[in-house]
This record gives sequence, C-alpha cells and structure tokens, in this order.
Amino acid sequence: MTTVSEAAPERAAKRPRRRLSGLRRQESRVGRLLLSPTVLIVLAIVVLPIVWAISLAFQRARLLNIRRVGLVGNYTLDNFQRVLQADGFWSTLWTTVVYTIGGTVGSIGLGLVAALALRRPFRGRGTVRAAMLLPYITPVVAATFVWTVALDPQAGIVNAWGTRLLGWDEAIPFLSTERGHLFGIPVPTALLTVIAFETWRYFPFAFLFLVARMQAIPADLDEAARVDGATVWQRFRAVVWPELTPVIALLALLRFIFTFNKFDDIYLLTGGGAGTEVVSVRVYDFLTARKDVGLAAAQAVVLALVLIGLIVFYLRAQSRADKAAGR
Amino acid sequence: MTATVRAPAGPRTATRRRRRAQSTEEKVWGTVRVLTIVFLVLITVVPFWYMVVLSLKPIQQVLLDPGRIWVTGGELTAGAYRAVFRSVDDGGQGFLVFLRNSAIVSVITTAVTLLAAIPGAYAVSRLRFGGRRLISGLFLVVYLFPPMILAIPLFVLFTRLGLRGSLPGLALVYVAQTVPVAIFMLVNYFRTIPESLEEAGLVDGLTHLGVLRRISLPLAAPSVVATGLYVFMIAWNEFLFALLFLLERPDRWTVSLGLSRLAGSIEVPSTVLMAGSVVLTVPIVVLFFLAERQLVEGLTAGGEKG
Repeated sequence: MTTVSEAAPERAAKRPRRRLSGLRRQESRVGRLLLSPTVLIVLAIVVLPIVWAISLAFQRARLLNIRRVGLVGNYTLDNFQRVLQADGFWSTLWTTVVYTIGGTVGSIGLGLVAALALRRPFRGRGTVRAAMLLPYITPVVAATFVWTVALDPQAGIVNAWGTRLLGWDEAIPFLSTERGHLFGIPVPTALLTVIAFETWRYFPFAFLFLVARMQAIPADLDEAARVDGATVWQRFRAVVWPELTPVIALLALLRFIFTFNKFDDIYLLTGGGAGTEVVSVRVYDFLTARKDVGLAAAQAVVLALVLIGLIVFYLRAQSRADKAAGR
Repeated sequence: MTATVRAPAGPRTATRRRRRAQSTEEKVWGTVRVLTIVFLVLITVVPFWYMVVLSLKPIQQVLLDPGRIWVTGGELTAGAYRAVFRSVDDGGQGFLVFLRNSAIVSVITTAVTLLAAIPGAYAVSRLRFGGRRLISGLFLVVYLFPPMILAIPLFVLFTRLGLRGSLPGLALVYVAQTVPVAIFMLVNYFRTIPESLEEAGLVDGLTHLGVLRRISLPLAAPSVVATGLYVFMIAWNEFLFALLFLLERPDRWTVSLGLSRLAGSIEVPSTVLMAGSVVLTVPIVVLFFLAERQLVEGLTAGGEKG
C-alpha cells in the first residue's frame, strides 16, 4: 500500500498535460452522473413544488376545481389580500414569533445546562447521556400523547400531584386554557405549555452539538485556569463560553428556522386552540378544512417570506456584532 | 482569555488560602451539578416510565388514583396491548396493519435514499466538478424550507395523479426530504477514509464506481448503516405528510397516523393511547441505541467545525 501511494504522485507528474485535463473532464462527468439521481429527486419533489406553490398563491384555486388549475393561469393578488385581512392573521404571526423565540431560547438554554452538568466524567455518565436523547428521538405523536395524558385535568399525573402536594386549588387544563394566572399575573397558559414542550423535546439537539464542541476545548486550558484559582463561574466565562458562542449562534439560527416552520407539535397538543395557533397550523386549516388551495399557498408564502426576512435581519445583526467584537 | 490563564501563581500561602475558598465554591457548584443531573434524568426518563406504567394498568385504577406512577402485581394487565393489536374487525385498533405500513414506507425510504445518497456523497466528497456549490446550496434549501409550503402542491399533485393513499408515493416524498441529510452525514464519513487508498485503486485501473464499490463502501459500511438507521427513524416518526396523504385510507395508515387518530375518539381510554405510544416508540429506541455512537458523531460533525 505504501509503495503505491508513494508512486502515485510521481506517475501523475509524468502524465502528459492533455491527458490530465481529459481525466479532469472525466472526473467532472462522473461526479455529475453520480449526483444526478439525487438532484432529479430533489428538483421533482422539492424545487418544482415550491415554484408551483408560489404560482398557486396567485391563482383562484380550490380543491374542487383543482384539475383546471395549472402552473400558468389568471394571476391575481386576491389570495394575499384575503390572507392579510383574515381574522387572526396578525395574532397568529405574533404567536408564531413568541413560540419560536421561546422554544429556541428554552431548548438551547437547557441544552447548555445539560452539556455543562455532564462535562466532567462520573459513573454512569454514558447512560445518562443516552437518556438525555430520549425526548428527541421519540416519535412526535408518542411524545405529545404522553404530555396530553400527563396534563389531563382528570386522569393526569401533573394535576393529581399539583392538587395533592403543591396545594393547587383546582386542576389546571394546561392545554386548553388561553389565559391563566400565575401568582396573580395573567399568563398565556397553553402557549407556555407548548413552549415548555418544545424546550423539552429539542434540548437534546442543542446538547449534542454543545457536547461535541466542548470536547474539542483543550483540557489543559481549563486546568491551568483552575490552578490559577479562577472560580467556576470565571472559568466558564473566560474559557468555555468563548469557545461555545459560534456553535450557539449556529444552533440559534437552526432552531429558529425549524421551530418557526413547526406544525406537528402544536397540531397534536392543542390543535391550534387556546391561543396557540401558529402559521403552519393555519395553512393546514385553509388547505383541509376550507379546501382553499390558493389561500393556503398564499399563507405559506407569507410564512416563508417572514422567515427569510427574520433570517436576513439575524445574519446582519450577527455580522455587525462580530465586527464590533473585532472578529 | 490567555491573560487570565497565564497569570503568575502567587506565593504559596495565598494559593492555599485561595484554594480553600475555591473548594467551598466548588462544593456549591458540585451540589448544583448533582441536582441538575437528577433533574435532567427525571424530565427525560419519567415521561417514558409513566407511558409504560399506564399502558400496563387497568383504566379504572388510573382514574381512581392518577398520581401513582408504579404498578402493583395484582393489577398488571396486557389488556391495552391486546386492544391495540386486535384487528379492527374484532373491535381492536388494528396496529399490526399500521406496523406493516410503517415498515413498508420506512424500508422503501431507507433503501432508495441510500441508493441515491451513497454515490452522491462520494461525488461530493471526492470528485471535482462544476456546480458543486450550487448543489450544496440546493440541499441546504431542502433542509431548511418550511415543509408546509411543499405540502400544498404535493397534496394537489398526488390528488391529481391518484397517488394519495399510496405508500410508495409517500416514501418518495420522504426520500426527497432525507437525501440531503443522508448525503451530509455520508460526506463526513467518507472524508475520514484516507484518500491514498482510493487513489491506489484508481491507479490500479478501477473506475470511480469501482473505487466506490470495492474500497470506500466496505470501509464506510458501519457509517452507512448508521445513516440508514437515521433515515429509517425520520420516515418512521414522520407525521405531517402521512396525515395529508393517507387520511382517507385507514388501511394504509402508518403507526404515527393511526395512533394520532385514536385521540379523536372519546371511547379510547388513555391506557390504550399509552400502549400504542409504546408500540410506536420501542422500535425507534432500540434502533437508536444500536447505533448511538455513529449517529451522534455523524450528526454533529458539522457543528464541531463551528
């Protein structure tokens, strides 16, 4: 093996130039050929539908007359006008933003706490780390059902313990209360509950990335700071945190995008009721309950546009912060 | 940062005094750490414990004492599981059919995704060709785009083609969504194979396909298995597209969809819901722990680079 790899560059050097470019051309052809099935599938099932969805957003299209609607038709802005004027458009958008920020901050925060707590080895760490991943790998339908059953006002464990041990006056229907009270302050109970679910379900995702990054921090750096008498908090601030900020920035972006697009979790937990209707659930309702394809497509396009706007805003703010920090 | 680290150590006594102060501080943090670990284990394990316990109890006991999270020997029952598995004709929920459907969709998805992703990943990791960056950008769009916007035209298209209710049709949608992730994971694995090995194969007269088949693939076999398992998990867990495409055909429902439909009817007791959840979850948990290490490494390889 060694002899061959040593001989290879020598041979390549001896190759005449024209043949090399011929080989390069062949490499390029093979490369495209090997990727072509993937590209074809993605073009057919993802890119084309996106283009079609945008076109549908500009047409009068209902499920009943869908056979007559094509890629090109009588374009109109009617759907967008109806989307913007429909009841609850702004409140749904606001709910989506609150839900997304809550879920993103919550899952990354808890993931960071978990990664820090499991940083130093202890007996059984491997098992605990594996257990941390359970909420993330569990199918969403099963995860939401456990929460639904556990939070049930009559037969759920949370209300049973809450009324018995914590002295709650009465059972709290967490998933169907739009406005509740916590220490006398009005709170959006159901929305907070779905944010808690999001935090619980996705903290393992942040945990995985943060653990991987933490393992790359040189141990002697931390050890040196320790010998020098830096406190635990100082070591975190000076040694660990600067190493983690790029990963956290990336995680924040990823989680924001995924949570903003989320449908399953809220649909399965509340069905979009009790002040938890997010844009994706609204699109689904337009499509299946109202059978209004054009309206649903317009609402989905608005979702994508708002998301793109927020991402651009985030990336700009980040690069400005990077510049300010002299990076 | 470097300044804090390199600060010269003070005289001995000072260091010792500081160390004692440090140790009380460390004790506090140590306690916080232990409490945190206990809390984390509780929130991750208890829900699943609760799920299993409830699935093994009679519903009357659950309603009588909803706060009890253990099951006594006398009340242990497999009734909920029998109700879940019995066919619909016998008054059960027919989960055997759902399991079969889920298996069909997940196996087709995994097979087709790997067939497309393995050569694709080899091309991305080893070959130079024009348009590579464009294609990477395309994959990123697939990964991050709202699935809801795809769902609408696909729903319309499948309705027109009469593919609604077709399991291979659903698998095709899953393939399009999982291929980019699979390529991303496989590229990370392929890059760890020494390039000299592949070059040696080329020099010995193998074609690129031959190198892929005879050298890279055997070396990457464990990672290919891990990627396949991950794709399988995504297909098994998926809910939105199954809901849109299969709803009118109960004989084609996947486990996720079938289970979600149980909640709608009032007659289904929560013990049956939990038994169904266990049936849905167990295969995934088992598969995950079989390949935990490779999966975790493959998924986070990108994050390590920052």
